[in-house]
Amino acid sequence: MKRKWLAAVPLVAVLAVTAGCGSKSAAPKASGVAGAQKTLTNKAVSGTITFDGIWTATSGQKNFADVIKGFNKLYPNVHVNYKPVGDNLPTVLATAVAGGRPPDMADIAQPGTVKQFATEGKLKPITYASGVVSKNFAPAWRSLGTFNGKLYALVFKAANKSVVWYDVPDFKNAGVTPPKTFSQLLADAKTIKSSGVPAYSIGGADGWTLTDLFENIYLRTFGAAKYNALSQHKIKWTDPSVATALKTMAKIVGDTSNIYGGTTGALQYGFNDSVANAFGSPSKAAMVFEADFVGGAITSSTKSKPKTGFNTFTWPSITPGPDAGAVEIAGDLFVTFRDNPAIEAFVKYLATPQAAEIWAHEGGFGTGNHNVPASIYPDPITKATEAPILSAKSVVFDMSDSQPPAFGATTGQGEWGLFPQFLKNPSDVSGIQKKLESAAAAAYKK
Amino acid sequence: MSAGGITAEPPVVAAPPPDYSEPGRLGKYLTGAIFLAPAIFLLSVWMAYPVVYTIIRSFFSPQGFLGHWVGISNYKTLFTTSTLTTAIKNNAIWVAVVPAFVTAVGLIFAVLTERVRWAVAFKTAIFLPMAISAFATGVTWRIMYQQDPGLGAVNALGKAVKGVFSPAGVLSSASPSTANVIPSHGGLILKTPLHPGGIALIGLTAIPPDQVPKGAKQAVTPPAKPGEITGTVWRDFKPGGGIAGKVETGELGLPGVAVELDQNGKTVQKATTAADGSFTFTGVKSGTYQAGVGASTFAKPWGGFAWLGPSLIVPALMIAYIWIWAGFAMVVIAAGLSAMPRDVLEAARTDGASEWQTFRRVTVPLLAPVLSVVFITMIINVLKVFDIVYALAPASVQQNANVIALAMYYTAFQGGGNFGVGSAIAVFLFLLVIPVLLLNIRRFKREV
Repeated sequence: MKRKWLAAVPLVAVLAVTAGCGSKSAAPKASGVAGAQKTLTNKAVSGTITFDGIWTATSGQKNFADVIKGFNKLYPNVHVNYKPVGDNLPTVLATAVAGGRPPDMADIAQPGTVKQFATEGKLKPITYASGVVSKNFAPAWRSLGTFNGKLYALVFKAANKSVVWYDVPDFKNAGVTPPKTFSQLLADAKTIKSSGVPAYSIGGADGWTLTDLFENIYLRTFGAAKYNALSQHKIKWTDPSVATALKTMAKIVGDTSNIYGGTTGALQYGFNDSVANAFGSPSKAAMVFEADFVGGAITSSTKSKPKTGFNTFTWPSITPGPDAGAVEIAGDLFVTFRDNPAIEAFVKYLATPQAAEIWAHEGGFGTGNHNVPASIYPDPITKATEAPILSAKSVVFDMSDSQPPAFGATTGQGEWGLFPQFLKNPSDVSGIQKKLESAAAAAYKK
Repeated sequence: MSAGGITAEPPVVAAPPPDYSEPGRLGKYLTGAIFLAPAIFLLSVWMAYPVVYTIIRSFFSPQGFLGHWVGISNYKTLFTTSTLTTAIKNNAIWVAVVPAFVTAVGLIFAVLTERVRWAVAFKTAIFLPMAISAFATGVTWRIMYQQDPGLGAVNALGKAVKGVFSPAGVLSSASPSTANVIPSHGGLILKTPLHPGGIALIGLTAIPPDQVPKGAKQAVTPPAKPGEITGTVWRDFKPGGGIAGKVETGELGLPGVAVELDQNGKTVQKATTAADGSFTFTGVKSGTYQAGVGASTFAKPWGGFAWLGPSLIVPALMIAYIWIWAGFAMVVIAAGLSAMPRDVLEAARTDGASEWQTFRRVTVPLLAPVLSVVFITMIINVLKVFDIVYALAPASVQQNANVIALAMYYTAFQGGGNFGVGSAIAVFLFLLVIPVLLLNIRRFKREV
């Protein structure tokens, strides 16, 4: 605790100047008087911030409350009113924005939505925090929050999507070790199948597990620049690069006898089923391709234990080169719909390592804040999944989340509808490309 | 009351009764309006305004509070987008099938429960699903519909029945380790022809360690003997993979496997493997033979129906829905049944009508008004069906299972907020329900 406290002192001094808190006698909130007194608390800034977030009582509301508590140690007079909206947040937010009564701040997981709100002029830029953000985040991370040339969002929480989870006993029985390259992954998968258990557990009933698989393959084959171009629809889905990535993907999803339940099974199992199938007792498959949150799903739905029961490895590289180790993340973009000293203070606080460390220490949290030491993570597996986020040279955002939701994030439609079709018939690469392109074109036209 | 006027009856002035004694016409309306006001206020806020706004909204572009005027283009989209036409088509199937089934099943239960002991218990059990939310029902049935018979109750029942007739083999998951062992009549056969003194190596893989038969020992290649064909059936796998087709240290024999020796497609000898997987066919006359493992060893356990797959999902949903609403139909019909004049039934029976004739010619016609109430109520319910589809159908088949209300939800709220087309779908659904509602209201009026 002491270390954190000391680290907070210079920060608070900076905040005290920029937020314009005067000496004790200066009553107005934003007077701009720079009578920086080196007090640890800043009582001059007051107000209430309404915050709509995705985390509920079972999924991190408590952790975020601790982050707010940390903020209140510095700003005791700012009340952050957090509302746990849950998974329907995009719907609730879209309605609130359309009705003209958005919350002060919100947590949005889709850059596409942030971009839309920013373009419509609904959001306030957070340029006032660019100093703190530059100090703590690499340019790749800042660009994730920059839309139309301005900093609008802070990526507070990030999930590493470039990981693979495996059942340790299955790997042991098959006598294989975590692969480093894609060809090694395919060879291992073959060995695992011979050992008597299918290599892959695929939750294809949820289309997003398949888009994540495709995205990792595309990223590792063609690099971050091309990935971002595709995610902004600057490259069409009929591009030969998409065909190459789909053919690579077919090496996994087309290996029907090596998928638990075969194609029909994979289409019926959702993400949670795929985790339970691979890590339950007995294990019915060896590997699950999904993000860092699989760890939480394993511990909550099975009796498997870390290291002895389950473990993780980084998505194997496909094309050697600078982007062979690029990381795909999903994350929570914090945006502001209003602007006042209390909100500014909170945004700046959230960009500091102190804020991130509170949650990181409690687990289930990754961050791109490079001033957060990897030693803060509570267990080796979290460290293994979250450390690459910090060390990665290039970071890209989940592609389906970056696209218009009608194409990238709607159950049964667009990508989430078409990738299950591809799972069903992996040989029809050009057919699925045409369908993807026409769905994407329609969604981008709106 | 004559306030301030001169009156001949002083006592009345002292205690004038309020307006009640001679209410004015205006006062009467005012009282009515005051009593109606809360209801009218709530109705206009929660019903009239949204309906009017939705209708107007359906002629405007996707985003914003109103967006810009697009005419009937949203309605064109509604009838030209394949996902939406699927929803309309599915709703049509629902309307064609479900109300009739619910009414029929309800009628059967109502008539049957009337005549059994413990009728109340039966009725309660059948009515109970009504007490569960449709969402919970969806989740429950989704578990019951799982394809893996180890998980889904419906397929577990199927497996129990099927297992009696064709039990699973001991090595149901095994597959050949080399291309030299090929499938033949459900079993496996070694491609290389054999002669007396030959050795048959039948390597199998994809056998989980816990499914290796008990008592298995290290596999060995048996020595060649004149006049005999020897061989081994073994788990051709060791950690790391090993070399396919070669018996290596750490690879186990598969005991208890039925091996066959074939000549010209006919089985001439049978043998069973020992603990180390070896087998011997003795007294083999010269000639060309083939060795293999019989089909029964590899018989796969029944895999179950893909209830949640794209082709069965609509009937699967309907079954769950009928399960919920049959209880409602039964209770309403049973009430009608108990109100039916018994003497008519007795008269029919006295006249020699069979039970079936009584049911068909007397009970059903007399119940017709009740049956049509159930039928029409179900049509309205089915048109608006949403929650069970949302909860039961896995995301990958929600487009196959789509219905109008669900399509509206996805279009307006999930698919990037296309409120224009979403409103158009809502209006379309509203138009579908209205004639049925009018029919119902007319019926009510006639009955009153």
